[in-house]
Amino acid sequence: MEGKNNIVFPAETLELVKKIIARYPEGKQKSALLPILHLAQAEWKWCSPEVMDYVATLLSIKPVEVYEVASFYTMFHLEPVGEHVIEYCRTGPCCLMGGVEVYDHLKKRLGVETGGTTADGKFTVKEVECLAACGWGPVFQIREKFYMHLTKEKVDQIIDELGK
Amino acid sequence: MKILTEHIEVPGIETIDVYRKHGGYQAVEKALKKMTPDEVTEEVKKSGLRGRGGAGFPVGMKWSFLAKPEGVPRYLVCNADESEPGTFKDHYLMWKSPHTLIEGMIVSSYALGANTSYIYVRGELMYVIYILEKAIQEAYDKGLLGKNILGSGYDLDLYVQSGGGAYICGEETALLESLEGKRGNPRNKPPFPAVKGLWQCPTVVNNVESISATSWIVNNGGDAYAQIGVGRSTGTKLISASGHIRKPGVYEIPLGITVEDFIYSDEWCGGIRDGHKLKAVVAGGSSVPILPAELILTTAAGEKRLMTYESLSDGGFATGTMLGSGGFIVMDETTCIVHNTLTFARFYHHESCGQCSPCREGTGWMDKVIKRIEMGQGRKEDIDLLVDVAKKIEGNTICPLGDAAAWPVAAAIRHFRDEFEWHIEHPELATQPGAVYMRPGASWSN
Repeated sequence: MEGKNNIVFPAETLELVKKIIARYPEGKQKSALLPILHLAQAEWKWCSPEVMDYVATLLSIKPVEVYEVASFYTMFHLEPVGEHVIEYCRTGPCCLMGGVEVYDHLKKRLGVETGGTTADGKFTVKEVECLAACGWGPVFQIREKFYMHLTKEKVDQIIDELGK
Repeated sequence: MKILTEHIEVPGIETIDVYRKHGGYQAVEKALKKMTPDEVTEEVKKSGLRGRGGAGFPVGMKWSFLAKPEGVPRYLVCNADESEPGTFKDHYLMWKSPHTLIEGMIVSSYALGANTSYIYVRGELMYVIYILEKAIQEAYDKGLLGKNILGSGYDLDLYVQSGGGAYICGEETALLESLEGKRGNPRNKPPFPAVKGLWQCPTVVNNVESISATSWIVNNGGDAYAQIGVGRSTGTKLISASGHIRKPGVYEIPLGITVEDFIYSDEWCGGIRDGHKLKAVVAGGSSVPILPAELILTTAAGEKRLMTYESLSDGGFATGTMLGSGGFIVMDETTCIVHNTLTFARFYHHESCGQCSPCREGTGWMDKVIKRIEMGQGRKEDIDLLVDVAKKIEGNTICPLGDAAAWPVAAAIRHFRDEFEWHIEHPELATQPGAVYMRPGASWSN
């Protein structure tokens, strides 16, 4: 099965998709939607309409069933994003630890506002709600990795490292 | 007394061999070989264990509601969608010791007669999902999952499901919707999940910590568990401690220690950070009422407040709060209560699923009104407006998110009204960077 614009998972991901679908009873393959959207986003960086249509064909569901779900959950990017998406926690406990000041520094350093992507396409900055890491705040996440106990200096180091 | 975290710092505890060396999976041996499912349930009932996700409903009683029609599969779903601001205990437990949860899942699934179980983990914790999946594979390899576990004739398949970033999916029926591949809109109840849950089959949804505690209960008996704690607050509780304390982190406490001890003892939070004073605490995750220093340490009746469900709620919402999820957020005198309340209001506005009008509209109103107060554009009538909106959300929604959004706003105004008034009356002072109102004569004021 292939989507528009040659959108198709690599063979090993397709194997994984099959395994995920097998976790649920016969006919309940729609349950695999969130796990497969995560795989799709890892593959194509964001959930374009074409990607979501492809996911719909994999699960034999209507495209709208994918759109309505992808737009409900905050982790799915419905617009193109930069190479590294920084998801910054803006909730109370991180703010108590100086999260606002560190966040302002991050935006200034990158020259972007919330939701923006740097001109070189390297970084997108997003605000997210509590990441369940309150004792280690301030925190942000880049894909699966948590960056904890952030300070302005630490943010600079991380940006220097990833911006290379 | 440690039940869940006794071996959590042992190097390699995330591997099945090390976990077993420290007594791991004995509960599976005992339950599956020597006990009937009903006997396991009976021990959990006797233990008095209450739901650790926040609601505090007795786990054994919840299990006993599970419908058992002939020929219909039953499911156990673990709620690992930990998203309540201030709470990170499940994150910590699964990351450090995944087998603690897996063992509990096997024992609990056996008690409920479930042959397929799911652990629903918030999607942001993808690295934890990998840790769990690796540990689950180890358990399959050792014959602790799959067909005919340890020759007992009991079969169990266990899978991890990833969420997609939505606080609401911590509500059990929204979680089930999400697990079915849909938007996380909570369901109308009844029917309850115990009758019609996942794919309309009888289902129990329990928190990570609750399920993890069942192994110890099987090993040591419900009575032994019930001996820990005070009154109806039995056993131990993981507390996520954050904010202005010397040692933030996750602590397993026997229920019943004093709040004062928990904050100031070196065994736990180690006191307020150097040179600062305690101003307020949110004791059970962002949704529970904030209390000022005096009321968190002592009840209105002048008794020392304890870390128990009952003592924290002593005085009702007028002077008390709730144990909730155990998300213990400590604030010193540098904290602006208006700003902190704004971050919570914004959180609930963002996380409302939009299904019920009072919550969808009300959370937006509260967010916007507190924001304008914080920005120095508040109006005199705004404080009463907030109280009014909060009242109109509370109790008028399908799920408890509405209450969870209303309570922190109402409580912040109840206990720190002067701080909101100061913002409205002195915007030129309140909008200075780092400006915080100092209540004359308060224990935390300079």
